[in-house]
Amino acid sequence: MRRARVARGLLFASFLALGAAFFRAQVLESAAYALQAESNRLREVPLPGARGIIYDRKGEIIAENLPGYSVSILSPTEDSLRSALRTLSQVVTIDSAQQALAVRRYRRAPTRPAVIFNDASFQVVSVLEERRVEFPGLIIQSAPKRYYPDGEAMAALVGYTGEISEDELARDRFEGYKAGQQIGKAGVELEYEEQLRGREGSRFVEVDARNRVVRDAGVRPDVQPEAPPPLRTNIDLDLQKYAHDYFADSLRGAVVALEPTTGGVLALYSAPSYDINRFVGGVSSAFFQTLLSDPHTPLVNRAIQGTYPPASTWKLATAVIGLQLGLVTMDTRMEQPCTGGYYYGRVFKCWDKRGHGDVTLAQAIAKSCDVYFYQLGLKIGLNRLLAGGVKLGFGEKTGIDIPNERTPTWPENTDYFDRKYGARGWNKSVALSLSIGQANNAQTPLNMARFYTALATDGRAATPQVVAHEPERKQILDLTPEQLDGVKLALADVVSRGTAAGARIQGLTIAGKTGTAQVPPLKDFAWFVGYAPADEPKIVLAIVIEEGLHGSTAARVATKLMERYLKAQLTMTSVISD
Amino acid sequence: MPFTSVLRRQSIDFPLLLIALLLTGFGIAMVFSAGQIDAPSTLIAGAWKRQSAWFALSLVVTWVVTRGSVRLIEWSAWPLYALSCALLVLVLFVGTGAGTAASVKGWLSIGGIRLGQPAELAKLATTLMLARVLAAQREPPRSLVDLWRPLLVVGIPWLLVMKQPDLGTGIVFIGICFAMLFWAGVQWQLLVMLASPGISLVLAFSTGIWGAWFLMLVALVLWYRPYLAEGVVVIVANVVTGVVAPLLWDKLKPYQQKRLLVFLDPSIDMKGSGYHVTQSKVAIGSGGLFGQGFTQGSQKRLQFLPERHTDFIFSVVGEELGFLGVSLALALFLALFLRSTRVASRANDAFPSLAAFGLVAAWFVHVMVNVGMTLNLMPVTGIPLPFFSYGPSFLLVSWIAVAVLLRISAEGRGQPDAIGL
Repeated sequence: MRRARVARGLLFASFLALGAAFFRAQVLESAAYALQAESNRLREVPLPGARGIIYDRKGEIIAENLPGYSVSILSPTEDSLRSALRTLSQVVTIDSAQQALAVRRYRRAPTRPAVIFNDASFQVVSVLEERRVEFPGLIIQSAPKRYYPDGEAMAALVGYTGEISEDELARDRFEGYKAGQQIGKAGVELEYEEQLRGREGSRFVEVDARNRVVRDAGVRPDVQPEAPPPLRTNIDLDLQKYAHDYFADSLRGAVVALEPTTGGVLALYSAPSYDINRFVGGVSSAFFQTLLSDPHTPLVNRAIQGTYPPASTWKLATAVIGLQLGLVTMDTRMEQPCTGGYYYGRVFKCWDKRGHGDVTLAQAIAKSCDVYFYQLGLKIGLNRLLAGGVKLGFGEKTGIDIPNERTPTWPENTDYFDRKYGARGWNKSVALSLSIGQANNAQTPLNMARFYTALATDGRAATPQVVAHEPERKQILDLTPEQLDGVKLALADVVSRGTAAGARIQGLTIAGKTGTAQVPPLKDFAWFVGYAPADEPKIVLAIVIEEGLHGSTAARVATKLMERYLKAQLTMTSVISD
Repeated sequence: MPFTSVLRRQSIDFPLLLIALLLTGFGIAMVFSAGQIDAPSTLIAGAWKRQSAWFALSLVVTWVVTRGSVRLIEWSAWPLYALSCALLVLVLFVGTGAGTAASVKGWLSIGGIRLGQPAELAKLATTLMLARVLAAQREPPRSLVDLWRPLLVVGIPWLLVMKQPDLGTGIVFIGICFAMLFWAGVQWQLLVMLASPGISLVLAFSTGIWGAWFLMLVALVLWYRPYLAEGVVVIVANVVTGVVAPLLWDKLKPYQQKRLLVFLDPSIDMKGSGYHVTQSKVAIGSGGLFGQGFTQGSQKRLQFLPERHTDFIFSVVGEELGFLGVSLALALFLALFLRSTRVASRANDAFPSLAAFGLVAAWFVHVMVNVGMTLNLMPVTGIPLPFFSYGPSFLLVSWIAVAVLLRISAEGRGQPDAIGL
């Protein structure tokens, strides 16, 4: 019986070994296998979350979400995706670029359904639904679609959304984002991406070995997408739209309107504009090319990226620096009266060839006398002028809460000239040009508006804010209350004795300064920066019209905008002057 | 219990019959479950009915066989063996792959209707024939030369099935051969020497391991002291196989090479047989302790699991009935083998004892290779699981084997050891 015992022993040993192997797989390692089985059969289909709604200050909608459909396909391999695309393209139009994009999307995230149409038309959806059985792995679902009711008025401000790019995915900021998601690409949408981002939900579908969707899986509960709370901005939608309407199609330029005490951005418009709704869900390359090749560069946000010589609007800065240094009072006259020009190595002209005569600082501001400011600039001296400008904030960004603001040009000291022109390549006469807002001085409309919030209030400049936060203000004017009142009076006086009476608005006092910037070889650019009402400012507005020829052109638009905003409180007469 | 008393009166080995019935019932239930998938497939869905019908037929045949005697069975060994060898030759010419692999010819069919796999019959016939040849030898073989007769009996059908090629059945023949030689009293040293070229063949892939094995073999030969010629032949054979293994490797068909490599690392062929094994492990592992419930296995339902009703049916057991179901099935098989071994050791003569043990060995190899394959413990060789895998001819042959065992058991009841066991 020895052999029978050996045989039995072998039998027991073999079955024990088998049993142990099964015990290990089914009891000890079961969880891991169960997970693998789940990932085998469950496919997570992301449900895009709606982005937060953006409101203006009065609760009007700036950006919202419309119902839309996305069409995507689940594929086990790239080959099967390609063949699915081939089959699909016999039913609906999918151009080769879209096909290539879908393949790229698949490669980036093979376990997620590859999106074919981000924004499918109802017709496409119904055609596909009808023939659903022919397309295993096809997933059609609702996908909220961004919509800007006033898309063209809003381009410079609100930005737009689009699919996250490969570059963006690699950035720290977008950690946790997945390929195919929509993100803010510019403006408020980008700046406040974290607040606006909708929480993605997910749906689980059960697929079979050939990746055919068998059923919606009830095993794991779906996670519903969630929209974040709405974002309230300081924008006055009415004013913004008005600015858009008022800028005729042919004009180039920008408008910035701020609330003087809070820095709240009431309006921020750049012309020419375009409809940002055409960017939603992926801009067509043809449209993008048109924008790119447009000589009027609609993609440049002139309000924060356009830098222009501020011209006469800058004279207030020179005046403030002189006052701060105690070199002048509002009643100080210069050695040489204005005879239409000033000789400093060569003749520097005044804008008015007839000359302004012997004027005080207040009158010089009022009449925008260049000769007066040449002399004031020389009194201040180049170094102090540069330092004063830096202190007033002309060398730095305002810090507005939308991306891609451009740093204005203002030399921090004379090294700038050495670097730019060589040590002997320039002379101190640059102080003359700088003191009237020309030469190496280029400011954005936003920066000028910020400076004027200090003039309009108590000398504190407010940081522009699109979205309402705690106001941030910085004391930039170091003037006594008397001096500040004098400047304000002069600004108002400027207006009452000025030359831009054509822009006058009945019942409204407007303090402001026009400017005519020389930008050879182009025609002169028209500036206006000011505030209203003069005695209790509610709005500071800066406007530039490229090749607008004369500041008064800008002033006319500006006063209209201010009137629109202030129409509830019209009591005073208004006068404007250059 | 009138029924059991009838069985007792007829000297029926009731536990053996019950175990075989339980296994078959279990198997048909699993074939039924294998047909329950999410995408309808009528071919597989109805398989359990065909299997049941064949089971009914099998019971009739079983009853007929048990009416005969062991002497009749012994007598029929020759004609059966001759017939099965003839069929194996025939299948090489007119056989079909039956949809499994294009180059494989395992099936006989007439007018598109598959009749069965001659290899299944050959296993039974060869077992009986080998039992007859070994029983005819008065003394257990003492040298390799003495083994020429049994080796010839196994060698002919083995070569024929390997020609198909059917590696799985080939392995079963080798298992039967060694088990019966062992049962016939051949000393283990002789068996090791007999097996040594095959072991060399496998170990040759690692020179170090093969070297160690070769030294052990030399030591064994020196200690056991076979005839000089035999010892030389064994040594030379090992050297030759050790050296030519790589050449033989090249002669294997690509899919065979792949299967062997996949056994070592299933991930190298995730779209082919590696995929099968991986999905099978996932199915079994996700079954856990209690399983996902009868017919509820998701891997099976969603068709991630390949060959659900044939080669990989045990994976369905694992997925749906869990470790408990697996343990039950394995326990039934173990019980079958233990009971059958008991039949073998209590048989009243050499032939029935050897035949019974050979049948156990054949089943044992089937179970080990098939079940082991589902967990990647064995290479995927495509041999079915007795009583479980769908397949009429295999079920019929398995039940004929049960019948033979029942007959042997009936005649050997209470007898002393017949061949000096």
